[in-house]
Amino acid sequence: MAVKVIIPTPLRPYAGKQDSVELQAATVGEALAALTSRFAELKKHLYSDDGRLRSFVNVYVNDEDIRYLQKDATKLREGDTVSIVPSIAGGARN
Amino acid sequence: MASNTKISNSPAPDKGKAPVTLSKEEILRYSRHLIMPEVGMEGQLKLKQAKVLCIGTGGLGAPLGLYLAAAGVGRIGLVDFDSVDLTNLQRQILFDTSDVGRPKIEAAADRLRKMNPDIQIDTFETRLTSDNALDILKDYDIVVDGTDNFPTRYLVNDACVILGKPNVYGSIFRFEGQITIFGYPSGPCYRCLYPEPPPPGLVPSCAEGGVLGVLPGIVGSIQAAETLKLIIGKGDSLVGRLLLFDALAMRFRELKLRKNPECPVCGEHPSITKLIDYAEFCGVRGEEAPGPQVNVPEIAPRELKARLDRGDDLFVLDVREPHEFQICNLGGHLIPLGDLSRRAHELDSSREIVAHCRSGKRSAEAVQFLRSAGFRKVLNLKGGILAWSDEVDPSVPKY
Repeated sequence: MAVKVIIPTPLRPYAGKQDSVELQAATVGEALAALTSRFAELKKHLYSDDGRLRSFVNVYVNDEDIRYLQKDATKLREGDTVSIVPSIAGGARN
Repeated sequence: MASNTKISNSPAPDKGKAPVTLSKEEILRYSRHLIMPEVGMEGQLKLKQAKVLCIGTGGLGAPLGLYLAAAGVGRIGLVDFDSVDLTNLQRQILFDTSDVGRPKIEAAADRLRKMNPDIQIDTFETRLTSDNALDILKDYDIVVDGTDNFPTRYLVNDACVILGKPNVYGSIFRFEGQITIFGYPSGPCYRCLYPEPPPPGLVPSCAEGGVLGVLPGIVGSIQAAETLKLIIGKGDSLVGRLLLFDALAMRFRELKLRKNPECPVCGEHPSITKLIDYAEFCGVRGEEAPGPQVNVPEIAPRELKARLDRGDDLFVLDVREPHEFQICNLGGHLIPLGDLSRRAHELDSSREIVAHCRSGKRSAEAVQFLRSAGFRKVLNLKGGILAWSDEVDPSVPKY
């Protein structure tokens, strides 16, 4: 399936400064694996040392959080949008 | 949970007191509210009796405070411990140039009282801590989080859940904002969305951050709109929805937020029932936490100056970004830290290299990388351009 992965501002420096990436994947896990193989530096920002998605990074398929779908195994359909949404703290200073 | 939660919360009128009314002058002041049926006299009286606590009077707190005061929110609490700084004025529109150096809380309260003398402004010139948070928050109906760091975000969240108060949340980074309402009884809290903060050093540092000045204006105004809607009890709130705003693409998106039944604070079996040590939880001390310390050989700015004046053969390597080089530079060779592994061949390992950045943090990483790549004579300029400006050449601007 051709899907679009939206890269949030804080992670763009590790993804070739792109705001989104088009790639082929049948599940969320495949999409993230394809993404981190293309941009190796992104891996440590998305996954902890034990290989789990970091707890300050959420992944959505369209507007649904994959934690409430089938997580990494969540199936993707043609044209789906996968969003990576990390926590940001900024208010006054940053 | 339905993605759109109808608002039903509104502050209960104080029983046993004289009925609250509007003066003739107030009726004129709020006439553009009063003539809308969604607000009307009923809504305006709710606003007059409402008590809202704004945590932070910076970029988000500025439009928030101004609009709440203008709208006639009867009691507004402000929490801040900082002083106005010249770099704040690019976005913190509560302050003007003459306020530089003043406590923010004082300048903010003056401005809001001037805008609307009929309302009560409470000031808390303090950092919000686990010791004072419950006491400060308890008297307010709604809390609005306009802070700038993870420990305070988690503190505000937990305190709101413990006290059962809605937390109107907004945060920003560069061109991007996130807005929602946490702490609503049926809705999710911040920990449902993000159980833990990022470890220090993994998020971009302050030097790499930055924010478009108008972004907090937009995000803080949305927080103000949500707060006013909660008070008057009208419309669909952001409870259960995370609104994402990208000013660069000029696009809003919306994601569903769910209450996590296993949430340690608001879940069915909470493990956190009182406030904790948030600095420890976030792995930091204070809000300007440094990333992991990198110990590398250093050279002090004055020593570098003396050696350059003496004509020593030193190669100055600037590892900042090209847009930073344009602000000011020491005439060094520019290779951004992120490109260093790819472009290390441009460097002559037989020469002595002094790497620098803005503050010395990124260049320490560069020195560590180059040493591991076989460069033996690499030093880090201690304190970077900031220290160079302080100790050697004050004509170099700091940013």
